[in-house]
Amino acid sequence: MDDFSSLLAGFQIALSWHNIGFMALGVILGIVVGVLPGLGGPNGVAILLPLTFGMDPTSAIILLSSIYWGALFGGAITSILFNIPGEAWSVATTFDGYPMAIRGHAAEALTAAFTASFIGALSGVVLITFVAPLVASFALRFGPAEFFAVFLLTFCSFVGMGRDNRAKIITSLCIGFLLAAVGLDSISGDLRMTFGSTELMRGFDFLVVVIGLFGIGEILLTAEEGLVFKGKHAKIDLKVVLKTWASLPRYWLTLVRSCVVGMWMGVTPGGAIAASFMGYGLAKRFSKRGAHFGKGEIEGVLAPETAAHAAGTSALLPMLALGIPGSATAAVLLGGLLVWGLQPGPMLFVEQKDFVWGLIASMYLGNLAGLIIVLATVPLFAAVMRIPFSFVAPVILIVCAIGAYTISNSVFDIWVMLGFGILGYIFKKLDYPLAPLVLALVLGDRAEDAFRQALLGSAGSLDVFWANGLVSGLVIVALVLLLWGPITDAIAALGRRNESAKAAKAAE
Amino acid sequence: MKMHWLAVPFVTAALASAAPALAWEPTKPIEIVVPFSAGGASDQMARTIQGIIQKHQLTTQPIIVINKPAAGGAEGMLDIQKSAGDPHKLITTSSGIFMTPMATKLPLNWTDYTPVAMMAQDSFVLWVNAKSPHKTAGDFMEAAKKASPPLKIGGTSSKREDNLIVFAMEKQIGAKFAYIPYTSGGQASTQLSGGHVEANTNNPAEDLANWRGGATRPICVFADQPMVYRDKVTENASWADIPTCTSQGLNVSYQMLRGMFMPGKVTKDQQAFYVNMFKKVSETQEWKDYLARNALVGDYRDGEAFVSFLKADEEKHARLMSEAGFMAK
Repeated sequence: MDDFSSLLAGFQIALSWHNIGFMALGVILGIVVGVLPGLGGPNGVAILLPLTFGMDPTSAIILLSSIYWGALFGGAITSILFNIPGEAWSVATTFDGYPMAIRGHAAEALTAAFTASFIGALSGVVLITFVAPLVASFALRFGPAEFFAVFLLTFCSFVGMGRDNRAKIITSLCIGFLLAAVGLDSISGDLRMTFGSTELMRGFDFLVVVIGLFGIGEILLTAEEGLVFKGKHAKIDLKVVLKTWASLPRYWLTLVRSCVVGMWMGVTPGGAIAASFMGYGLAKRFSKRGAHFGKGEIEGVLAPETAAHAAGTSALLPMLALGIPGSATAAVLLGGLLVWGLQPGPMLFVEQKDFVWGLIASMYLGNLAGLIIVLATVPLFAAVMRIPFSFVAPVILIVCAIGAYTISNSVFDIWVMLGFGILGYIFKKLDYPLAPLVLALVLGDRAEDAFRQALLGSAGSLDVFWANGLVSGLVIVALVLLLWGPITDAIAALGRRNESAKAAKAAE
Repeated sequence: MKMHWLAVPFVTAALASAAPALAWEPTKPIEIVVPFSAGGASDQMARTIQGIIQKHQLTTQPIIVINKPAAGGAEGMLDIQKSAGDPHKLITTSSGIFMTPMATKLPLNWTDYTPVAMMAQDSFVLWVNAKSPHKTAGDFMEAAKKASPPLKIGGTSSKREDNLIVFAMEKQIGAKFAYIPYTSGGQASTQLSGGHVEANTNNPAEDLANWRGGATRPICVFADQPMVYRDKVTENASWADIPTCTSQGLNVSYQMLRGMFMPGKVTKDQQAFYVNMFKKVSETQEWKDYLARNALVGDYRDGEAFVSFLKADEEKHARLMSEAGFMAK
């Protein structure tokens, strides 16, 4: 097999000493970048990009993609320890990761998250290795209507699969859509809902909102509960890692499901964010312990992490094969490729074989290196949980404020963050779910763009969403997922009523 | 650093003798603000310039590229507006410097900035899918007249360059197109190679990868003269082989400036430093390679030549935008 020998040659390139050094350096830098909210993968890669101009392209892309892996791993750390997602795709990790940390299982949660990341990323790389050309041509079948159908699928699965009060999910979702609409509308080119403010023109940056809703909101809640930090007795030795690993095979179905969801979303390109939410939503619905999700279930950490990383990795595929970046970090990497004079696109696999296979080989090795490095740091990070809350809270607040400011160097964003902190607190108090709001904020405007692009092309006819097998298939699956929850709930309710009626009869 | 008091006069004397070469030099890192997202054509240009400046050591200070893409580039432009008097900031610009304020009514005006240099002009090309039956602009226009629903043309953003070109084509042939705005030229190119639109009006660089990969094909360039680059970019064609649209009966030509500005209220010396620096950049081999690779029209201007170009270009855009009804009310 031609590709396989190319891959082996790639390993040879990636395994040289200086490239391994770059890999380790990249992963460590990436973790640092991923831990600081607001700095994030794309910025980290962008800042370091100029440093790589003097290197040969293969070493440079190995360094940069290792930063990417490191950031992917690092995003989970703050999500679990402080309920602050360092990256957009770590939001779903907070739902169960943070409760686990509070209950003293921070080390287990971190191990689960890192291992899941590794499994997810590995499945993505395998996909890239073996089916790159095939998948690339499949991605070309996605026009605006198909994109909209993918987003619809994500939203529907969230509403239909959710176990929270559905009216509350939809309310939260709608607030998210409303917030997503602020700023420049890319279809008409007009500004919307900015009320003449130049600050609002940028719209609500997703990360600022998330730092507020989750990070600040959580601090307010904890402060109200009386300044205790419940995770004092977190066990911190490396044996936890092995114990956690021993429990993982039990969740194979969740892992496989999340891998599939992630690879699908990464290629299509719905992206890592949508994938992490869908992975979590599906696991919650189909797990035996689904009702316990949100209270610190290890499966609730595994599912979104696996999906996010499978997607994040698969997202590099359309970038290399088609030149369209699947994520923001991928976009910066793409810029890097161009600077080195490499033109991503169908010809890259033909003309720059060494480079492409060196990169793919470095994905295997970079991930492995990443896993080893992050697992070694588990005790260190888990130890943070032992520090009393009254010391940690001000630090978190400062880190949040710096993060919010850094995203676009705007003081206004710090106020936005505090505002959303209060909103997050109110949501928690009233028992409204935050996740649908976040999901709608991230994907809302993209879904809207795709919907309107599709209608522009069809001269306003809705038939475009039924036009071919792919789009109608997606729409049907979306509707099934939407109705699945309500219908199964209704059947269950009916069943209960029958039983209680029977019981009543028997009692007579 | 501790220094003997006797040494001080000598050091100052040495510095003083070196200084007159340049009246002003940057004293901290220089930021290049790119009002578009990473990976796009403006971003590529900024990063190429960054590489050239560092390689040739045209300044002692590091160069940092920052993307501020929100609101169609208005975010970056507002940033420069607010940084009046800051000599360590630059912004890359395109025709958006006129069009964004016109389309949004934002309080922005290029005359509040300090023009540094125009680096190049970018062309626009009519691209179709490689399997498209249309061979010339004539075929395409005939098809457009008969099409119902209208033919779909993809481009970047709404009420911007691509949209203006499509509007001009509509006016020429008296038929409607369905213009579909995408967020980047890369997306427009992918959508074309997937057959989701019938054509796009991308810059040469934006569709190069798919052209070389055999997925898309250029029909004509929206210019009065064909492009000058004769080196083969695909197996059997060069940029110069693409005919002009005018020669095929489609009388639309449009080019877009790519240049550099500083914030307002900087001193003449500060402006002169950057003019000098970009002039040197434009003379390097790396820059010429970059122009050829992206099929840009090399057109370096500074000083009065740049300002008069800007004035004429602004008038042209004001006319085109109001004809098309793209002006904000």
